[in-house]
Amino acid sequence: MSADPAEQLPDPAQEERAQSIGRELRCLVCEGQSIEDSNSLFAADMRRAVRERIAAGDSDSQIMTWVTARYGDMVRLRPPFSAGTALLWASPVLFAAAGLGAALLLRRRRATVAPLTATERARIEALRKG
Amino acid sequence: MNRRWLLAAPLGIAAAAGAGFYAMLARMNEGRFDPRGVPSALLDKPAPVTSLPALDGHQGWTDADLRKGGAPLLVNFFASWCVPCVIEHPQLMTLSRQGVRILGVAYRDKPADSARFLAQRGNPFAGVVSDAEGRASLEWGLYGVPETYLLDGAARVRWRMAGPVTEEILADQLQPLLRRIA
Amino acid sequence: MIPELGHFALALAFAIAVAQAALPLWGAQTRDARLMAAGPALAAGQFLAVLTAFFALMWSYAVSDFSVVNVAENSHSLKPLLYKLTGTWGNHEGSLLLWCTMLAGCGAAVAGFGRGLPTALRARVIGVLGLVAAGFLLFALTTSNPFDRLWPPPDDGRDLNPLLQDPGLAFHPPLLYAGYVGFSVAFAFAVAALIEGRVDAAWGRWVRPWTLAAWSLLTGGIALGSWWAYYELGWGGYWFWDPVENASLLPWLTGTALLHSAIVVEKRDALRIWTVLLAIATFSFSLLGTFLVRSGVLNSVHAFANDPARGLFILVLLALTIGGALALFAWRAPGMAPTGLFAPISREGALVLNNILLCSMAAVVATGTMYPLFADFLFGHKLSVGAPFFNATVLPLAAPLLAAMAVGPVLAWKRARLEEAARRLWPAALVAAAVGLAAGFGWSAVPALGFAGAAWLIGGAVVDIAGRARWSMARLAGIPRAAWGGAVAHAGLGVTVAGIAGMTLAVDRSVLLHPGESAGLGGYDWRLIAVADGRGPNFSLRQARIEVTRSGDHVVTLTPQRRFYPVQRMTTTEAAIHTTGLADIYAVLGEERDGAAVLRLHLNPLAPWIWIGALIMALGGALSLSDRRLRVGAPARRRAALPAGARPA
Repeated sequence: MSADPAEQLPDPAQEERAQSIGRELRCLVCEGQSIEDSNSLFAADMRRAVRERIAAGDSDSQIMTWVTARYGDMVRLRPPFSAGTALLWASPVLFAAAGLGAALLLRRRRATVAPLTATERARIEALRKG
Repeated sequence: MNRRWLLAAPLGIAAAAGAGFYAMLARMNEGRFDPRGVPSALLDKPAPVTSLPALDGHQGWTDADLRKGGAPLLVNFFASWCVPCVIEHPQLMTLSRQGVRILGVAYRDKPADSARFLAQRGNPFAGVVSDAEGRASLEWGLYGVPETYLLDGAARVRWRMAGPVTEEILADQLQPLLRRIA
Repeated sequence: MIPELGHFALALAFAIAVAQAALPLWGAQTRDARLMAAGPALAAGQFLAVLTAFFALMWSYAVSDFSVVNVAENSHSLKPLLYKLTGTWGNHEGSLLLWCTMLAGCGAAVAGFGRGLPTALRARVIGVLGLVAAGFLLFALTTSNPFDRLWPPPDDGRDLNPLLQDPGLAFHPPLLYAGYVGFSVAFAFAVAALIEGRVDAAWGRWVRPWTLAAWSLLTGGIALGSWWAYYELGWGGYWFWDPVENASLLPWLTGTALLHSAIVVEKRDALRIWTVLLAIATFSFSLLGTFLVRSGVLNSVHAFANDPARGLFILVLLALTIGGALALFAWRAPGMAPTGLFAPISREGALVLNNILLCSMAAVVATGTMYPLFADFLFGHKLSVGAPFFNATVLPLAAPLLAAMAVGPVLAWKRARLEEAARRLWPAALVAAAVGLAAGFGWSAVPALGFAGAAWLIGGAVVDIAGRARWSMARLAGIPRAAWGGAVAHAGLGVTVAGIAGMTLAVDRSVLLHPGESAGLGGYDWRLIAVADGRGPNFSLRQARIEVTRSGDHVVTLTPQRRFYPVQRMTTTEAAIHTTGLADIYAVLGEERDGAAVLRLHLNPLAPWIWIGALIMALGGALSLSDRRLRVGAPARRRAALPAGARPA
């Protein structure tokens, strides 16, 4: 069972840190869950390792580096920002801009309207007064 | 003109994605693409320092044994409660009879159970240690059992199999590698 | 015998589907009234045939006929009857048959309810549905036949995954599939319109009820799946950005855009290109979802056992369906001149923004879901894209959408003034700001924004209705149901947003208690009374009794369980949940050690509102659907029969 009280760190602030780091780490034997949300042995081992390192004084980024060095980028649920993932991270802005661009482009074709003739202008005046 | 290209874009994107999926399926069929596989982060890196107690009643091994050099060796992680480990065991026995040195690690297992497993099915290991807590296994990037690592003469990890070493994998992947590295 | 009957019916359905595709489409091209008239009858016939096959499979499950491979692999004699029946669709072949049944049902529905449509359009719609159905039936018959036999039959089956033996999950697939497949009708309408070369206001009117129905069903299906995950998986989570969850969200997002876009086509004869594309895209995403789950390319708890041969067949189906529709679109759409002038600040403008934001969200979700696959394949780079990514990228797009949602309905068509809208909306803005500030003082920024957003949406819906009634009770009854439906659906989303914001304040605690000991959480006192053994029909269990009190007053006694299913050798946890309406009190039983039990306790504020809001949204959709104006849409319902060969209006 995850978050067995025996596993948890005695200091609530540290435990909170451990859980938020845990939510960023993928349980590799599960299907996409984080190690905080899994019952598997691997997840339990990882949770313990994270807590041991927090207790030993490692920073969040040191812990992530430690895990990534042993398991690769796949263990991180938040893809690290790099040249390869730049497009991925920029996608919301890119798609919204593309959508806006498409909308504008689709509106662009507007038949030019011929200017009003004198007769038409006179009719407008008459309607306005009448 | 721009408009035409814009309106053809969805087709273009779908076609590209479709071609991609087709290529993926083709490679999956050939076995050259495994979307579910997790590659080892230790490939071409030296094996992690490993110092574990011997399994009760058996010859153990030390970190020095890993770095002895010479012929390639295998490090195999197993457990008595692991069903695929039973499937790969015959292949390990075959390798051990061929003279390949295999070092075993019993992962998260009760020593009596591991011992019984080996007694019942044969012991392919030149030495076997016990990682009851799973700590050392984390250093190897282990995420389940069985896992098998191939180390070359310089104690570098050259190949990792996550899952049972089936007859097919033995013949198609492991044997050729062993010959190449030797 | 019955399985053979089912097999035969399935083959018959395929033959009929082929006819259903060929005859009406040809008839519409050559304006042959007799061929076109054959469509509805064939659609009805196909539906009856597939339904027969479906019930034949369900019967095999009900009587536990283990000579049928599908039943032997997925059922067990000790399983409760309900789960035997719902297990029909708890596997690849059965769920595919369910899909085909729904698809045939759509054709029959158009045949039955579409009598007011122009003959040629209806013929083409039925024809396209027949094409898609033929493809899927062929797939079922050749690669995924549920009626394969096994001889000699085993003594008993392999049982269904215990996680699936649950009421919520039992009904989640039919509802979800009804939504997915329901969008095939809008798709068929779009393709038919493109073939005909005409998309007009009438088309917008006709396509809307079908879209509403599919949307409401899909909303319900997704909500049911989310609720199931919440009470079954035991960690209080309700959305995991799992690839298959994402696959269900994609058609929902574009389907919502479609719904709104179709309104503009109907009312203003504008946004026709967007709407047709959205109709194609929504069903395309449904199909993509089917491919991803059944081909083996995706990692997911939902993925059926994969088989690349099946994957290839589906891919070909997708290429023909999606590729064909998009090719048709690329060819015909440029000929559709933009119509309907409108200023950027107008109801149409707001709906264009709505389209852009929803489609962007869909595009981001699609990209994130498939990125690991393509990165691995193209560059050999293995990475994961999980919840943290989606939360960081989708929510920033949702925020402006929620803000605009309350403004859109109060903007005038063609050209509106923001001051006008502000003048009507200031009460809602005031309430939202007040709620936000109050929440900000009590809690942090994120829930505060969420609650403010929820208040804004609900307030906006109230302002919308009140404005239409011009603040007089008498006029309320006169407001068209479609308008009520829209306001109710927007308010429903507000309720869901409030629930999500409340869940950001959820607290939980893991404790190890001996019987008699207690722990505190969220102002409640939780005391473990005892843990005892028990039995179910096909499982054994350990059950804890936990008394929850608040200031000494008894609130509820929770009984979480741990179940062991011997056939599949799986342990599941059944959380015990008590809802106070404003929060869920939730307990899970873990392992037991030395006479003490590990318990995980949760207090989830406003959790039920997430699914109540979704229910309200679906009801809003149903309310809109019940608007008579949507059904009395087409001209000349009672028209003298035209002579054969005459051009239908």
